Amino acid sequence: MTIMYTKDHEWVRADGDLYVVGISAHAAEQLGDVVFIELPEVGKTFAKGDDMAVVESVKAASDVYAPISGEIMEVNSAVVDEPAKINEDAMGAAWFIKMKPSNASEIEALMDEAAYKDFAENS
Amino acid sequence: MTTPSPNHPTFTGNKALQIEEALSFEIGGLDRTGVDFPPAEDLGDRLGGLGRDSEIGLPGLSEPETVRHFVRLSQKNYAIDMGPFPLGSCTMKHNPRLNEKIARLPGFADLPPLAPQSCVQGALELIDMLAHWLKELTGMPAVAMSPKAGAHGELCGMMAIKAAIEARGEGAKRTRVLAPESAHGTNPATAVQCGFTVEEIPADATGRVDLAALKEKLGDDVAAIMVTNPNTCGLFERDIRAIADAVHDAGGYFYCDGANFNAIAGKVRPGDLGVDAMHINLHKTFSTPHGGGGPGAGPTVLAAALETFAPVPFVVRRDGEYHLVETQSAESFGRMTAFHGQMGMFTRALAYMMSHGVDGVRQVAEDAVLNANYVLARLKTEMTPAFDGYCMHEALFDDRFLKDTGVETIDFAKAMIDEGYHPMTMYFPLVVHGAMLIEPTESESKRELDLFCDALLSLAKRAKSGEAEAFKAAPVYAPRRRLDETAAARKPVLRWTPVIATE
Repeated sequence: MTIMYTKDHEWVRADGDLYVVGISAHAAEQLGDVVFIELPEVGKTFAKGDDMAVVESVKAASDVYAPISGEIMEVNSAVVDEPAKINEDAMGAAWFIKMKPSNASEIEALMDEAAYKDFAENS
Repeated sequence: MTTPSPNHPTFTGNKALQIEEALSFEIGGLDRTGVDFPPAEDLGDRLGGLGRDSEIGLPGLSEPETVRHFVRLSQKNYAIDMGPFPLGSCTMKHNPRLNEKIARLPGFADLPPLAPQSCVQGALELIDMLAHWLKELTGMPAVAMSPKAGAHGELCGMMAIKAAIEARGEGAKRTRVLAPESAHGTNPATAVQCGFTVEEIPADATGRVDLAALKEKLGDDVAAIMVTNPNTCGLFERDIRAIADAVHDAGGYFYCDGANFNAIAGKVRPGDLGVDAMHINLHKTFSTPHGGGGPGAGPTVLAAALETFAPVPFVVRRDGEYHLVETQSAESFGRMTAFHGQMGMFTRALAYMMSHGVDGVRQVAEDAVLNANYVLARLKTEMTPAFDGYCMHEALFDDRFLKDTGVETIDFAKAMIDEGYHPMTMYFPLVVHGAMLIEPTESESKRELDLFCDALLSLAKRAKSGEAEAFKAAPVYAPRRRLDETAAARKPVLRWTPVIATE
């Protein structure tokens, strides 16, 4: 299962017809302890790059952008109730939303694991 | 006897003359009072059964207990009157005592806001004089005096811009506002409040607005740009004229966040840079008191293009008399405050201007910039400036000098508290990793600056010599150790539970 990344530190991976989106472990570490998260409502649609969610840590509040265009099909309410999950398991249990892509080819323009690792280390 | 230490506290919990202080509800009681009244005559109850049937549980304290309570609380606060404050003018800078003396003159201090205008001609004249100074210093033809804080002034400026755009019939078309990624958070917040969508302008490698990227984003749907100059990285936007021209060519307005006007007052007139609207934080530039977030005053200067959209009220001089204009013209976007603004701040700001003169105001800006560059030059031997070259009134460092030490910006800041310094601005601007933004202001002596720099240099050396554990434990000498910010944010206790019996 391939995970792709954006320059804004979101990750995306396929889950059946949908795509699961979260923020990278690197981003979670940079943010420090996350204390609040706001996720979009199911049914909303976003274009790639739109503000989609907000993550607030003890250090900063950051926007999370839609990594691909599409419609929100599911949100992870567990992570809203317990934002600490983002620091514990950013790449797994702390996924944010599941999207139905309107243009699945957009995902090909994102970075793969190796490219993201290189990007995160040098930025 | 055990020696008192963090592990073996004193019996009272006090640390020498640092006295612990509980809440007034915890130290007070129903059996005490600061004032004795004779027992009331029984005049009967005319409250129709709505009279109180039990005590409400307010704590009673004797007069000396009350005085001590508030003095002890005040001693827990760090103040500009106690030492240098590297957060700088954003929060507080030295308030000359002359300002305070003038503001306390009964003719200014004791005026009710609804007094007949014929009785308060002097106060109206003062507002008019201050407005004149602000217009002269900024090179702008108009000023709205009523906004009550910098962010309120931003709102004033952006509402004027929105009104101007609507008057041109372009309200539906021009919906975007551009702001640099290093902008103060209030800028996008203000734009959104006014119904605009906000887009970030990236910074170039020198920490300034990327002009080419800005030009790409401009179009006939852009209402305005919001740029701070000097910017939040403490750098002068060298391309400011080109930025203004590009925005004007695209039919948009230039809102300048005037928070950092204190670095250029008397040197540069924003009107000459092509600015259409700018708020002025009187506390930042003209030394009005601001500890703890207020009281604010954010007069907003407006270019000729926006003048007619200014809010009421404002002061005009007609036939040798001053009038407060309360009636709104057809163009004015309305009213932001009940009265004319923050009179106590106006009095202090004008006292500051008149005691300094134009040459003095200019020297304030020059000294603020000189002091910041002195700090930058001294600290860069051990710390890492975020950008090359000189700075304006603020010296910005990143956390590269802490790389691989195990010490982070927050630990460095906590260790500063043990050395007797309030930390500088941390983790802002967001464009710089682990940012430490130091604004010494114009009023610190070389001796104070040297001691501050020596303390920071010693901390930087200690961090690099592997003392991470000591930094993680700081502060050690403060009345409270490091607080659990995460728990405070995740599980906040928002209600105090009373302990006083209410029988």
